[in-house]
Amino acid sequence: MASISPSIAVEAAVPGVAEIRANVVRRRRWDIVFAVVGFLATSVGVVTLLALFVDLVMDGYHRLTPDFFLSFPSRRAAEAGILSAWVGTCLVMMVTAAIGVPLAVSAGIYLEEYAPRNWVTTLIEINVSNLAAVPSIVYGLLALGLFVYALGFGQSILSAGLTLALMIMPVVVVATREAVRAVPHTIREAAYAVGATRWQATRDHVLPYSIPGIATGVIIGLARAIGETAPLITIGALTFIAYLPDPPISTKPPFVSFDWLWSGFTVLPIQMFNWVSRPGTAFHANAAAAGIVIVVLTLAMNGFAIYLRYRLRKRITW
Amino acid sequence: MPSAQRSLIRPRIHHRDIKERLVEAFLFICATSAVAVTTAIVVVLVYESAGFFERVSIVDFLTDTMWTPLFAEARYGILPLLCGTLLAAGVALLVAVPLGLMVALYLSEFAPVKVRESVKPFLELLEGVPTVVYGYFALLFVTPLLQNVIPDLPGFNVLSPGIVIGIMIVPYVGSVSEDAMRAVPNALREASYACGATRLQTTLRVVMPAAASGIAAAFVLGIARATGETMVVAIAAGQQPNLTLDPTEPAATITAYIVQVALGDLPHGSIGYQSIFAAGLVLLLITLLFNILAHLLRMRFREAY
Repeated sequence: MASISPSIAVEAAVPGVAEIRANVVRRRRWDIVFAVVGFLATSVGVVTLLALFVDLVMDGYHRLTPDFFLSFPSRRAAEAGILSAWVGTCLVMMVTAAIGVPLAVSAGIYLEEYAPRNWVTTLIEINVSNLAAVPSIVYGLLALGLFVYALGFGQSILSAGLTLALMIMPVVVVATREAVRAVPHTIREAAYAVGATRWQATRDHVLPYSIPGIATGVIIGLARAIGETAPLITIGALTFIAYLPDPPISTKPPFVSFDWLWSGFTVLPIQMFNWVSRPGTAFHANAAAAGIVIVVLTLAMNGFAIYLRYRLRKRITW
Repeated sequence: MPSAQRSLIRPRIHHRDIKERLVEAFLFICATSAVAVTTAIVVVLVYESAGFFERVSIVDFLTDTMWTPLFAEARYGILPLLCGTLLAAGVALLVAVPLGLMVALYLSEFAPVKVRESVKPFLELLEGVPTVVYGYFALLFVTPLLQNVIPDLPGFNVLSPGIVIGIMIVPYVGSVSEDAMRAVPNALREASYACGATRLQTTLRVVMPAAASGIAAAFVLGIARATGETMVVAIAAGQQPNLTLDPTEPAATITAYIVQVALGDLPHGSIGYQSIFAAGLVLLLITLLFNILAHLLRMRFREAY
């Protein structure tokens, strides 16, 4: 029986080395093509961000004068400013932070440090993740029905601050939980070993370690609240406010006043929306200028939060 | 001697005990506020909608093809608003699916660590831009740009806000699907490489199918976001309810209608006031549906490994 030499058999079954090489080169080329397309797709986001910012600056830069920050809105575009809007934003944010942050951080601590594994805890967790998915305008409807009419707070700074506090709650709860969970168990056990109670261990040891992580969540939440427009329009924030709320601090006793909580208000994004909706490039320039202020503010806050988290990841090794 | 010591220690322990209980109770109440908020949302929406449906029949609401609540002869058919909402979300999805998928595949499988670490913060920043600014961008930058390509495109249209919403949700969709891809065990990739597959083959034929339900969940969550998006469409899509499937026409979404009514300052208790709660209830149900769907998809994904 004549045996076929093995080399011939291989050549018959498998393509030549040259063909294999060509195949490898071709496939490698597809790899590179895909990587380039992927990179381009990823940079669409960055390009959009740049285009958006350049567009705003080109349209609105010439309106960014000191007068713009110190004038009330006006029917004449050239004289209009954002004084009542930025003051309103600051006051609303004070309420949001004062109510939303303690509420959400406490809830996060409870879920991570205290909550037993039972149906109540599961129910709370499901609710938190559901609330994160609720569209912001629905919070506005809740506030309109509950705060504005049922509780009688009216279309005030207090209603607005409460609305945004509820809206940012899920973000801050999730951030708090992650930060608290990252603290190793040995820290808690060491505290218990020297006789600390659960709250003492949490307050004196777990919380200090998790502050940077919590702060990241709080800043991102507040940045989102600053830019939020829809729920505040829904509760009836006015678009034309040519006065300032009562100042919170006065020179006469009792020195602090809370009348501003009940005041009507407008905020930066609503002012911008109002100007965008008007025909005419003069008002659009105002809108762009207000947009620059909002974007710089929110991007600075988000950037700071991202930086904080980056440093946190780099520095802490348990 | 022991009794003297005990009397010194015991009251303090007692005092600490009460404080512990109080703190825990306080934290618990804060945590249950999440349940309270959900309940309040449902109660408020259902209560005000009930008033609305006393005056408008549900059948008319669901089948009438006109939404003209501010006219003398008011008609309340949700279809035009629903259509506008889904049309805008559909356009957004046409942009977000290919882009988001490419971003996720690239960042998860191809990008060098350095590129990934420097690009991701930018994507997060993109998510942080307020939606009213995106609305300005859609109306005064994207629409004029599109008018160069489609000359008879009206100033208000669904196409431009749809595209902008699509780009806006890319970071979100991308990062959720990237998480799904990263959860695919490395052993699968290594097995594929060992068979001589290239990176692209591994990505498309091993990683993507393995993460498929997670990726699908990401896109469903993306639709949910696009559906609830308000300011971009309120600014750039016009606020005329319009039963159409043509994205180059102006149309109103559910969210845009709510904004329009809220700006108009309708009296409390009027049917116009109640109608925004009925519209909001529909919106909430749609987003809830998408979120449940995404949850189910994710559960399937988790079972695989």
